[in-house]
Amino acid sequence: MRSTKKLAAGALAAALGVSTLAACGGKDDGAGKSDGGTMSKTVTLVSHDSFAASDAVLKEFTAQTGYTVKVLKSGDAGAALNQEILTKGSPRGDVFFGVDNTLLSRALDNGIFTPYEAKGLAAVPAAVQLDQGRHRVTPIDTGDICVNYDKKYFADKKLSPPSSFADLIKPEYKNLLVTENAATSSPGLGFLLGSAAQYGDDGWQDYWKKLKDNGVKVVDGWEQAYNQDFSGSAGGKKAKGDRPLVVSYASSPPVEVLYAKPQPTEAPTGVATGTCFRQTEFAGLLKGAKNEAGGKALLDFLISKKFQEDMPLNMFVNPVLKDAKLPELFTKFGATVTETHDVAPEKISKNREQWVKSWSSLVLK
Amino acid sequence: MRLGLMALPLAFFALFFAWPVAAIVGRGLRVDGVWHLGRIGEVITDPDIGHVLWFTTWQALASTALTLLIALPGAYVFARFDFPGRQLLRAVVTVPFVLPTVVVGTAFLALLGRGGLLDELWGVRLDTTVWAILLAHVFFNYAVVVRTVGGLWAQLDPRQEEAARVLGASRFAAWRTVTLPALGPAVAAAALMVFLFTFTSFGVVQILGGPTFSTLEVEIYRQTAQLLDLPTAAVLTLVQFAAVGAVLAVHAWTVRRRESALKLVDPARTARRPRGAGQWTLLAAVLAVVAVLILLPLGVLVARSLDTPDGYGFGYFRSLQSVGAGGTFLVPPLEAVWNSVQYALAATGIAVVVGGLAAAALTRRGGRLVRGFDALLMLPLGVSAVTVGFGFLITLDRPPLDLRTSWILVPLAQALVGVPFVVRTMLPVLRAVDGRLREAAAVLGASPLRVWREVDLPLVRRALLIAAGFAFAVSLGEFGATVFIARPDRPTLPVAVARLLGRAGDLNYGQAMALSTILMVVCALSLLLLEHLRTDRTGEF
Repeated sequence: MRSTKKLAAGALAAALGVSTLAACGGKDDGAGKSDGGTMSKTVTLVSHDSFAASDAVLKEFTAQTGYTVKVLKSGDAGAALNQEILTKGSPRGDVFFGVDNTLLSRALDNGIFTPYEAKGLAAVPAAVQLDQGRHRVTPIDTGDICVNYDKKYFADKKLSPPSSFADLIKPEYKNLLVTENAATSSPGLGFLLGSAAQYGDDGWQDYWKKLKDNGVKVVDGWEQAYNQDFSGSAGGKKAKGDRPLVVSYASSPPVEVLYAKPQPTEAPTGVATGTCFRQTEFAGLLKGAKNEAGGKALLDFLISKKFQEDMPLNMFVNPVLKDAKLPELFTKFGATVTETHDVAPEKISKNREQWVKSWSSLVLK
Repeated sequence: MRLGLMALPLAFFALFFAWPVAAIVGRGLRVDGVWHLGRIGEVITDPDIGHVLWFTTWQALASTALTLLIALPGAYVFARFDFPGRQLLRAVVTVPFVLPTVVVGTAFLALLGRGGLLDELWGVRLDTTVWAILLAHVFFNYAVVVRTVGGLWAQLDPRQEEAARVLGASRFAAWRTVTLPALGPAVAAAALMVFLFTFTSFGVVQILGGPTFSTLEVEIYRQTAQLLDLPTAAVLTLVQFAAVGAVLAVHAWTVRRRESALKLVDPARTARRPRGAGQWTLLAAVLAVVAVLILLPLGVLVARSLDTPDGYGFGYFRSLQSVGAGGTFLVPPLEAVWNSVQYALAATGIAVVVGGLAAAALTRRGGRLVRGFDALLMLPLGVSAVTVGFGFLITLDRPPLDLRTSWILVPLAQALVGVPFVVRTMLPVLRAVDGRLREAAAVLGASPLRVWREVDLPLVRRALLIAAGFAFAVSLGEFGATVFIARPDRPTLPVAVARLLGRAGDLNYGQAMALSTILMVVCALSLLLLEHLRTDRTGEF
């Protein structure tokens, strides 16, 4: 299989008569020589752009099982999943990681996964096992989408930061919040779903009207909201952002600490813990996987303690494994979110389009 | 002979463009073996889609008009005036054209957004207004006008205009009757290229327009990548296809008209020092516009890449050599530079071979078929990356062409965008080669290959290098298609920048700015190199 592919690429390069191609190809073979033997020694993980794992942990998997992991990333979470749906039956890899609860129904309805009950699933709380009993997907991590605040701004103004959805429509927080387009950005959608969970199918539109009257700013993506408009982030400070409230993640404050030099003793930003929507990410064995055995081993590994404890500092998400230890950075600078505002996947799948459409005409026009 | 030359480019386009695009459009319109053409009517009459179409068209028209207004004086100045730093500046104004929009959007926000220069001086903010989009489009396309129009302007013999004046025409009348008709087709060609680029604008509109503005291209992306509404995406792709096809048809027509014989002279002889207050003022005005509109946004990027927490310095650049604390990359970000260069070299190789053969096939004018082929080669510039990317997925999925996870997909996708530039640069030069030279060589017994090697190659070698350089720079900056297929262990520069910007934290942001600066410098250097190689300026870019 691998050799046919190389042959095709080689033939193409030869046909085009381009020496640089051959040079580049040679380099590539060098990098990928670990999977140069039989195909079954490689297991391919397909994911979105945010996937990250440390080298040592992936090597550990190879040491344990003999399989080498090859990672393919393709676009954001939505685009990556849609590519799997399009290539159903002839997948590019063996395991797909990164379908979250807002997209879960689309994945399951399209039947892209082969059921497999991962070893060690018993140690994962039932609350996140959204496909319990059928095991088409395995929960891997959770992350909370919450409003973050700029600590310095609120301290300077001697104003207490907001903590709930209801706070955000109070006059003292007028013109302070920036959020993302729910139609194109996953934190934006999460925030909309969180408000729908809080105020119900009938009440959320009214809530957003009030939020709009209170001067909420909507930008297209997280990068802009967080790095440009939010006054609390490192990027936003440079860009002279003037919004001290932003829709981001509960793990953003630890990230601000980790990537600052020198590391501060306190995170510059905080989390409004009453505004959170919980995202759970799943992985599944792809139907038509060429290396099913390797894929199963990889799924087992993804919920093993080793991988789960490696995740927080790589992807800034929380492990699903009960006894996985959080890094000090998270326990020291992260927020404890006790209650989240969630909507069931089936309900999201049923209402998503309509809600986003109503939201767009309500907020964007 | 011509068919032989056309075979490879045709096969390349059929395999890596036409087939994937047709397959993904077909997937959208054909459900369970039945064509659902009624969907076309439904989508086109949808008021939301109508709104998108309307906005796409008028912003493209407005952007084109504004670009011409601002860049035409620049074209004149760069063509006719000799001043220190002209070559460097010509290269620098071209840099935006090949920069990825992720990078430019950031720079523009810094300038036009809150706390930006305009805000500080006059309290004016343009972010999330249509003005930000229009100005960014001018920023991106300034070089298209300067190069297309200025390239020709530099070669028009000024003595023709002088002769008209000697014969009693006023300065304006002489310009209107002599220079303007000669420049007309070049202006039209430039305008159409700018219209094409702004009509299919994606990143600029997404970043600067905020969520309220959406172009057809943005909508295709949303429908395909986010909603997986393939029928709607397919209809929108067809609409965009029709529009782009029409633009290209008009473009091909103006290009043909332009190639009608003009008496051209060596550009080095037409440029001279500005004389008199009027000319100096014009030069100063153009330089001021370039400084504010192009150098300032680029400068903001550089400034931010140097603005570390411990004051100005190279801290972020140094940190690019090491793997970060997190696992954004499995390799140090600096390796992305090397990856990008390798991919771009491969893409350049493909683009030069495919585009060079196509240009050779098109050298001798031919019938409608050949003209159609000419336009076909330009089509990838007007088709959305997500359509091509998703098309790759469902077509190149079987051995021997299961290329979906292969590294070669990246240069292939980049070459699609590079080929039009190679063709457009090579074609005028090839057409200018005197056919009698070839005939003479053939009569003396040279084989066709030898004729090509001895006659054509020496004459076009520089054009070939320029074409290669352009393809290289465009490949370096390509983002749309690459982001879907770049392997994580080998991210390209623009992909690395986007990933870094997708994370919180000072170091990530600073590294993104530092990498952007490196990309900018690499582009500027390769373009500067081209300026030195440049002799014949009939090429469009």
